[in-house]
Amino acid sequence: MATIAAPAGQRSGLLARPIAPTGVWSWLTTVDHKRIGILYGTTAFVFLLIGGLEALLMRTQLAVPNGRLVGPEEFNSLFTMHGTTMIFLVVMPLSAAFFNYIVPLQIGARDVAFPRLNAFSYWVFLSGALLMHFSFIAQSVPNMGWFAYANLTEKTFSPTPAVDYWVVGLQVLGVGSLAAGFNFLVTILQLRAPGMSLMRMPLFTWTTFVTSILIVLAFPVITVALIELMFDRLFGTLFFNTSGLNGDPIVWQHLFWVFGHPEVYILILPAMGIVSEIIPVFSRKPLFGYPFMVYAVASIGFLSFTVWAHHMFTTGLGPIATAFFAASTMLIAVPTGIKIFNWASTLWGGSISLTTPMLCALGFVTMFTIGGITGVMHASPPVDTQHQDTYFVVAHFHYVLFGGSIFALFGGIYYWWPKITGRFLGESLGKLQFWLMFIGFNLTFGPMHFLGVDGMPRRIYTYPDGLGWNLWNIVATIGAYTIGVAIIVFITNVIRSMRNGEIAGADPWDGMTLEWTIPSPPPHYNFETIPTVHGRDPLWLQKHPQLDGHGPGGQAAPATAMQHAEQEGGHEHPHMPDPSYWPLFAALGLLVAGAGILMTASSTGYTMLVVTGVGLFILLVGIFGWSLEPVNG
Amino acid sequence: MTAQNSLRPRLLILCWLLLLTASLSGCTAFADRTAPQSTVFPLSDWGRSIQDLYSLVFLMSIPVFIGVEGFIVYAVVRFRRRASDELPNQVHGNTRLEVAWTVIPSIVLLIIAIPTISAIFYSDAPPASAQNVLKVTVIGHQWWWEFHYPDLGVSTANELHLPAGRTASFELKSADVIHSFWVPRMGGKVDVVPTRANHMWFTPDANAVGVYPGQCVEFCGIQHANMRLDLVVDTPSDFEAWTQRQKANAVQPTGGAEQQGAAAFMDATRGLCFSCHAIRGTEAKGTIGPDLTHVGSRRMIAAGILENTPANMQKWIQHSQDIKPGSKMGRPVGNGFQNLAVTDADAAAIAAYVFSLK
Ligand code: HEM
Ligand SMILES: [Cu+2]
Ligand SMILES: [Cu+2]
Repeated sequence: MATIAAPAGQRSGLLARPIAPTGVWSWLTTVDHKRIGILYGTTAFVFLLIGGLEALLMRTQLAVPNGRLVGPEEFNSLFTMHGTTMIFLVVMPLSAAFFNYIVPLQIGARDVAFPRLNAFSYWVFLSGALLMHFSFIAQSVPNMGWFAYANLTEKTFSPTPAVDYWVVGLQVLGVGSLAAGFNFLVTILQLRAPGMSLMRMPLFTWTTFVTSILIVLAFPVITVALIELMFDRLFGTLFFNTSGLNGDPIVWQHLFWVFGHPEVYILILPAMGIVSEIIPVFSRKPLFGYPFMVYAVASIGFLSFTVWAHHMFTTGLGPIATAFFAASTMLIAVPTGIKIFNWASTLWGGSISLTTPMLCALGFVTMFTIGGITGVMHASPPVDTQHQDTYFVVAHFHYVLFGGSIFALFGGIYYWWPKITGRFLGESLGKLQFWLMFIGFNLTFGPMHFLGVDGMPRRIYTYPDGLGWNLWNIVATIGAYTIGVAIIVFITNVIRSMRNGEIAGADPWDGMTLEWTIPSPPPHYNFETIPTVHGRDPLWLQKHPQLDGHGPGGQAAPATAMQHAEQEGGHEHPHMPDPSYWPLFAALGLLVAGAGILMTASSTGYTMLVVTGVGLFILLVGIFGWSLEPVNG
Repeated sequence: MTAQNSLRPRLLILCWLLLLTASLSGCTAFADRTAPQSTVFPLSDWGRSIQDLYSLVFLMSIPVFIGVEGFIVYAVVRFRRRASDELPNQVHGNTRLEVAWTVIPSIVLLIIAIPTISAIFYSDAPPASAQNVLKVTVIGHQWWWEFHYPDLGVSTANELHLPAGRTASFELKSADVIHSFWVPRMGGKVDVVPTRANHMWFTPDANAVGVYPGQCVEFCGIQHANMRLDLVVDTPSDFEAWTQRQKANAVQPTGGAEQQGAAAFMDATRGLCFSCHAIRGTEAKGTIGPDLTHVGSRRMIAAGILENTPANMQKWIQHSQDIKPGSKMGRPVGNGFQNLAVTDADAAAIAAYVFSLK
């Protein structure tokens, strides 16, 4: 890399640190957790639109029997990309947007533990998403479902590179998730403000913490599975290939769901955290049963690794294993129930204000309850043999993922938008969006329960007349378009708010946690002085000093719940790490490496693996330059 | 806050409550008794054991649903903010309540778990009391079903016949990828997995004579949606008669269009049919597609997507890739298949021939 020589005057490091505060380069090189949060959020929203469009196409095809809008090939690609997109490119990065933006503010930190690694996570995430979507340009779109069951994914049955786009894209996405997972673990363990013990952390920070543990433990499993599948397809190994001697397609299912079940909790725990922030604020009451909420999150996290085979009840596990996984799955409903009961009890006796964030949070609790109940239904394996792979399961996981995660994430957007932009999102448009989405959602996914009970399988591109499925299918399609309208209302609201939204102060909602103690939008360095925390809900205790010493988390403390610890001199702002080219550069290496594998998969022979080599070399140079970089430019 | 202002949210909440109850009552009231693939009107012993469990879980979920949703809606209405500066009593929790809502759901789940586990073991193998169990081997193919009756010497495809009131025990295998075998009115599904044989059993009710559709329910590639089957439950005597007909070799035509069709069937340049299909009693021994020895006796063709008529048969012979795109019927090209190049006259003759194979 002789071309990128260290400029004169630089003590060490390959590149000077970029310092422009605005412009495209400032975003490409940013290491500020707030900007990275915004990047995650915006990208995720774009993919929400793409995934939503895919869903609308599917619903249009299925509106009537014998639909002919798209063919089988296209339909199979639509549900594969819709599922993969919504899970990995929408719900996960939207959650990551809030981890990034909010967690450091909630724990009184100036940034995450590893700001450049944080930027790297985002660029790797974007690379993975792009690699997967190159398949549209190559007209070889993944078409085997988001869990890609072997041995359909072997070259014998899927000869085109469609599967490879999915494998490589997901592999790269996993790298980004892992880096982020480690980053937030260390951030939460190391960077909490003085006095913020673990049991004083806001619930959203807690769920981020447990989610990060799940990411760090679950993603290596899918990494291994993807490498095996890639080797099967590229080099003819026989991990899942049944024409060989030892290949076993069921092993893929185990590996996938050992990852996949924790993954569904990776999707829901952050949402639960958001709701646990919103409900107390708009009830003006602390969260009911805080320690039990924390234990419930932790035990859900633990149990999520013990239930994976409930996705495999029909594969012939044998009665002993089936009974075990039925019992463990039912067990996980207990901490889930505890969470629901505590949210409901937080409302009781409160002073409830039905703002848009609160409506979304209530939408979450009420809809997630339905998803939880149907979950318990198919936790019973004999019942599951009737539900599995039908629209009943489609209804179940949309009640948890859309009714749950998506409602909570919209709640989070409405709740923290004033903090992030300094302006409110409009309340009347917000409420309109909520009710449209709530009604549309129930119209779409409620009837899918009936379709499942009436025996309609999932993943069929068409169905004949006369099976009793016509009515509910057309209803579901109408519901889907209603959701589409709700999203348009949201976009309108965003544009209006950015143009001339009502200015929000530092603490527009009468909040309880540290992020509301600093200006909106927060300054680059977040906290002029790092606060000292004397109890749970520090801002709330500061506003209501008379409450101090009553709650279990707030031992007798000085009159103000927060004091300022390190008093830094005069008007000097704290110095923050400068931006850096290297995270983007290193991530580019992974993009090139992934592209090399895709080029190999699309050609004969292995010459294109050179491109992968070049990519890995770029990655290496990136890491090298990164580690030599001076702290400030 | 004016009275009008506080009324509107209440109305909205009322709508919300209505929606919720509608969706709940929907689950029971809207279950469609006439839906041919309904999962909740079982017609076999195994199906009923599942349905009993489902009813139990469903019943237990009603109070949970109404309790939780009702509590939330009630709390939201009752505790709406009245004064902008009110500070409610700052309750932090209640350990007794926490214990209660840990223990009570655990008991509820235990009540579900016990019959669940007994049903799991019940479904594992036919009960010892079952007599004269009929053995059936099911083989899933991309995208059709092959059925063998090893004790009867019968092989057929896409249309499974069972005698009413007699326990049938299935061995499930795959010729290619994972499929899942499912006839909802009889009970749950079991996956059809290459490299292993799975098992299931059930006894169609003695009074369940009729036709019950089913289909593949594990995504298995491009034509997964059109991998359907019919289960025909016969009276014991009808089943006996069906067995006798199926055992016999195909009766070969001795003249007319049927005979021309038979010739075209066996001709590599005109029909090409023999390379993929078998007709017992002829030279056609292909195994890529369904056995056609008695295809004329089946209700449907192409794994349940076309009614079995001579006209449809001809359409299928000439346009298989338009009717079922990606299916493995046709002329192989590259990774896929094209429509067979069969002349109209040949196609009509072949259709007449295979339709005559009753
Ligand atoms: C009370 C808690 C829950 C229970 C007891 C439960 C139970 C189950 C069971 C048994 C299945 C397998 C159904 C089948 O394929 O036949 C399933 C599927 C699924 N669940 Fe849950 N679940 C619960 C909560 C959640 C949560 C919190 C999420 C994610 C936010 C979730 C997401 C999913 C997804 C995505 C699937 C379908 C996967 C697929 O086949 O594509 N579930 N659930
Ligand atoms: Cu699961
Ligand atoms: Cu299938």
